Amino acid sequence: MESGLTILGRRGVKFVTKLGGIFLMLGRFLVALKELPRSLGLVFEQLYTLGVKSLPLIIIISIFVGAVAAWQAAYQFKFIGAPLRYLGQAVGKAVVIELAPVLSAIVFAGRVGAGVTAELGSMRVTEQIDALESMGINPIRYLVMPRVLACLFMVPLLVVFAIFIAILGGLVVSVIGVDVSSETFLNGFRNSFQVGDFINGMIKAAVFGLIIGIVGCYEGFHTRGGAQGVGLATTNSVVISSVLILVFNFIFALILFRI
Amino acid sequence: MSDALIGIEGISKRFQTLEVLRGVDLDVNKGESIVVIGQSGCGKSVLLKHLVRLLEPDEGAVFFDGVDISSLTGRRLIEMRRRYGMLFQSAALFDSLTVAENVGLGLTEERLHSEAEIERIVDEKLQMVGLSDVRDKNPSELSGGMRKRVGLARAIAGSPEVLLYDEPTTGLDPITADMINDMIVDLHRKLNVTSIAVTHDMTSAFKIADRIVMLYDGQVEFDGSPDEIRNSSNEVVRQFITGSAVGPIQVR
Repeated sequence: MESGLTILGRRGVKFVTKLGGIFLMLGRFLVALKELPRSLGLVFEQLYTLGVKSLPLIIIISIFVGAVAAWQAAYQFKFIGAPLRYLGQAVGKAVVIELAPVLSAIVFAGRVGAGVTAELGSMRVTEQIDALESMGINPIRYLVMPRVLACLFMVPLLVVFAIFIAILGGLVVSVIGVDVSSETFLNGFRNSFQVGDFINGMIKAAVFGLIIGIVGCYEGFHTRGGAQGVGLATTNSVVISSVLILVFNFIFALILFRI
Repeated sequence: MSDALIGIEGISKRFQTLEVLRGVDLDVNKGESIVVIGQSGCGKSVLLKHLVRLLEPDEGAVFFDGVDISSLTGRRLIEMRRRYGMLFQSAALFDSLTVAENVGLGLTEERLHSEAEIERIVDEKLQMVGLSDVRDKNPSELSGGMRKRVGLARAIAGSPEVLLYDEPTTGLDPITADMINDMIVDLHRKLNVTSIAVTHDMTSAFKIADRIVMLYDGQVEFDGSPDEIRNSSNEVVRQFITGSAVGPIQVR
């Protein structure tokens, strides 16, 4: 029977190994970037497959994110007696800084990160990645680089859409459900909007995209076993990406938004 | 080190607690057709993957054309791999590409040929495996035997010097398996290549080999011609080639 310390030690080693592997994948991705020109076709293909095809889902969740943000803000305003003319300001700040980047990234991790892991994991267990290597094709350049770049560029782009749609959702709820005019809501949003906040949101989104791409590819590349292994790797990919997104979000809050 | 085309010197490989290869030595000369036989899980495919450095040995070294392949990096590693063609056990065709794209992928990525030239080579190779009419199909639309033949066309597309076959007839009906065996023999002769196949199918081994190597307990148990293995008095060899459950080999 193993002691608790042994189990803890083994899990610790596993955790450090995985973290090291993820950093190694990041390093291999960066090295492969020097061959970017010859892989542009693959990158555009992935921008469409991973990014453009995620737009409908991002639109749907953003409508409800904006709507619930407006509703909850109005509820709190009434509770503390704050004037509703600040509703647009509150919803705008929350959406631009936190809600759009974080929620879009987590949804993207669920849709795209999982998909990337499942695809590469299946390729690993059916020896397709071995076949690429045996043909003298670098699988990092051929498979990883296009997917990671697509995540890196598409998450910020999707967040721009998410901000726009979420503000629209918040506006509709404010006008119909809270009785705040559209002018009041939009004036509040305009007055509080700062380019710096938007840029910080974009920086966060890009880092989240990088995390989703690298973790998704790492888990896919290290899939072992058959269908069960692919399932496990896919779950790991979404869990690790989501946790890292939230951890990095906190780190960004400390660095970018100093109190 | 000998002057063989491929030299395997004392390689050992362990996966966690499982020791798969224990000091395997093997030389492969240019133009030979070698079949490596052995029980399922005895390390045949592991040995094959060491040749193109898909796996690296824990101990020992693999030499190709006199060069220790562990010393190769970047372009030199890619060039070494392009001198091989490999047919995988499951064919390992890329699901997202058509048959023609699968066959031509190595050439496209090599960027040494024009598109028209690649088309011509793809058509020629598909014709060699008797599959000219499926070039625009997806791998999912093909039968197991057809997938293997497309895998074979892909393996020979780059005009390799060495062809590696990982269980080429596994999972196929006897007639299709025999057709694949004929194809391997035919390609070996026509393309003037060195062939290394791993299999546990003795019919296939006797048909395509001019030398048979048997792996047992992580080491080379037998190395000789098909006639020598037929007449071998080694009990391990005899049990394996007669397919008997009784004998020194423990069924895992």
